[in-house]
Amino acid sequence: MFNSLSDRLSATFSGLAGKGKLTEDDINRAMREIRLALLEADVNYRVVRDFVGRCKEKCLTAEVMDSLTPAQNVTKVVLDELTALLGSTDAKLALAPNRTPNVIMLVGLQGSGKTTAAAKLAYLLKRQGKSPQLAACDTHRPAAADQLETLANEIGVPCFRGDGKDAVEVARQSIREAIDHLRDVVIVDTAGRLQIDEEMMQEAEAIKRVVKPDQILMVVDAMGGQDVVNVVSTFAERIDFDGVIMSKLDGDARGGGALSVRAVTGKPIMFASEGEKPDSLSEFHPDRMAKRILGMGDVVGIIEQAVSQADAEKSAADAERMLREGFTMNDLLDQMKQIRKMGGLRKLLGMLPGGDKALAEAGNSIDDSQLARVEAIIFSMTPEERARPKIINGRRRKRIADGCGRSVSDVNQLIKQWEQMNKMMGKLKSMTQGGRSINKRQMRNMMQQMGLPNDPRSMRF
Amino acid sequence: MSFTDRLKDGLRRSRETLNEIFYMGGEVDEQFWEDLEDTLVMGDMGAEVALSVVDDLRDQAAREGLGTARSLKRALVKRLEGEFPQVERDPFDDTPSVVLFVGINGAGKTTTVGKLASVAHRQGKRVVIGGADTFRAAAIEQLEVWAKRAAVPLITRERGADAASVCYDVLDRAEQFRADLVLVDTAGRLHTSDELMRELAKVVSVTRKRAGEDWPVSVVLVIDATTGQNGLEQARQFNDALDLDGLIVTKLDGTAKGGIAVRIAHDLQLPILRIGVGESIEDLDRFDAHAFCEALVGQE
Repeated sequence: MFNSLSDRLSATFSGLAGKGKLTEDDINRAMREIRLALLEADVNYRVVRDFVGRCKEKCLTAEVMDSLTPAQNVTKVVLDELTALLGSTDAKLALAPNRTPNVIMLVGLQGSGKTTAAAKLAYLLKRQGKSPQLAACDTHRPAAADQLETLANEIGVPCFRGDGKDAVEVARQSIREAIDHLRDVVIVDTAGRLQIDEEMMQEAEAIKRVVKPDQILMVVDAMGGQDVVNVVSTFAERIDFDGVIMSKLDGDARGGGALSVRAVTGKPIMFASEGEKPDSLSEFHPDRMAKRILGMGDVVGIIEQAVSQADAEKSAADAERMLREGFTMNDLLDQMKQIRKMGGLRKLLGMLPGGDKALAEAGNSIDDSQLARVEAIIFSMTPEERARPKIINGRRRKRIADGCGRSVSDVNQLIKQWEQMNKMMGKLKSMTQGGRSINKRQMRNMMQQMGLPNDPRSMRF
Repeated sequence: MSFTDRLKDGLRRSRETLNEIFYMGGEVDEQFWEDLEDTLVMGDMGAEVALSVVDDLRDQAAREGLGTARSLKRALVKRLEGEFPQVERDPFDDTPSVVLFVGINGAGKTTTVGKLASVAHRQGKRVVIGGADTFRAAAIEQLEVWAKRAAVPLITRERGADAASVCYDVLDRAEQFRADLVLVDTAGRLHTSDELMRELAKVVSVTRKRAGEDWPVSVVLVIDATTGQNGLEQARQFNDALDLDGLIVTKLDGTAKGGIAVRIAHDLQLPILRIGVGESIEDLDRFDAHAFCEALVGQE
């Protein structure tokens, strides 16, 4: 089993490494791999068919970049097309400027995560300085209103429940409530409904008529399969939503459904929801999603950076060791200079898959001015500690802190950061090789195929 | 409407597409096989399973000279049916029994527990519901409503309580109550969250230990029929962490075909214990591989 499109393509083209030009037959084979990779990522079948057709045409007609290998060229075409399909501009929530309250209505299937998304959206708006109010219009699922109210209390946002009987009536009253209390945004949570459930679809239409939402957002589960297309097109037809919130993106689903939604309805994906905490709703970035669907992080960017700063042999060997053995303090030290040259730690981390999240978790404590301090702390470690940071216990921490004139908590912070980087190396490893051990030849192949053309800048994805 | 009719209704759309292919000119050519493959892929079966099913069917057609829609359909039903392992022990019938329901967020665990409790209660079993989802807001309240509807006792604790200790309590009380069937709802979690998976493994092992010899404990994965290829990874991770005993597929009443169930059953050899084809209590019933495949393919 192949893990990602890049693996698939590498395998397909390994026999063509020396070839300068691809025949139509080669491209057909590549397109078959792309088709399977996209289907594996749950992109809708019809979307895949159109997409592959377009890519093929481009591959046959587009100008081929000399600096790229055939596999890279195809990957580039696919990625460009995919990003374009997902929407090249980031869509934003559009609220009428002179209306109070603005109304946002959430719709979706059962279990897609509407109630959770409603609370997260309220939290996001609250942090932007608005005074949101939640409206519990799911009068069908047992205890749905309790759930929304509990979440609302946790984030300190008012929640209107009404009598909990008639969803349309609750919706109507919630707007009045918001006007009375001068709240500027009402987020209407509705019951989960199947797109073929006529009665429930009518209810959603009735709620829409009553609250006249500025924006209707459809919550779509990232784990969804081929049927997502049927679901969203019916919702688009009946409710005419404005955008999508992709939920459960913190799992390992490729989220090909996102692509299908965009391709079939033309509606943008506005938010990505990834986590259990109220602050885990963020704006959606099409380019990242494209890479996720293809199963590649911004590894290209990293290798590209490394290549432009260091000689190829060394960085290949370094990357290989880091993937195999994890990140040691020596690596950190060795690369400190290089990291500085490459634009700093933040930038490097941000390019790794999951790096943004790690940065957020570290609470913005990773910045370049810290590099000198980090060096000092590492200099205070014994060679054994540098090679195996796991052995650093409380007493060693104290000694290291005394040795470099920093506090124990600074040492702790460094070790915590090291752990995060190490974890990320693990992620990178499993992403490139599906967790299997990586040999030198494979690594070099990868480096060669992904990041070592004559001019690396020409292939920035 | 009977359960089989419901199932047929739920799978109507995929059946119609298949019928289209089977009746299109009646010609069995390259296009026919390609369309068949596409249709299976569209049912979330996964490209790999679809390819192997179509290849097998193609071989069989050549070997046995199957040229009519009718005979090909029959062969297809048989081939798909073969993907499902037999149910060796039904933990909802073979009592005493303890069943833990696990799965990702929003799969339908709580609803499934509620419905199964009602059915078992009506059959005259002494049922106890355990509420070990102490994480999600109002999960306990939701279960309370179901327990009241089913008229069975609910044993749980406040939100935030340790799930493993809730299970311990549940079994204590179930013993006093001399219950036949104990159904335990757990908090939904993504299979990628190591910490939460470890917590769940602890819940399962505590439950198994406390239950001892007399109460066989089954762990059942609840999976949403609309799930795509990621469902396999979900099932694999849950199976690795908890050693699953079976699957329950929910929400087959939409237009989703639940093909991912075929792939999971095939790859992990896990039996499907129940499927849900509608909102009402009767709509959650035993899985019949033959009926399911017939409904999917449209064999009359």
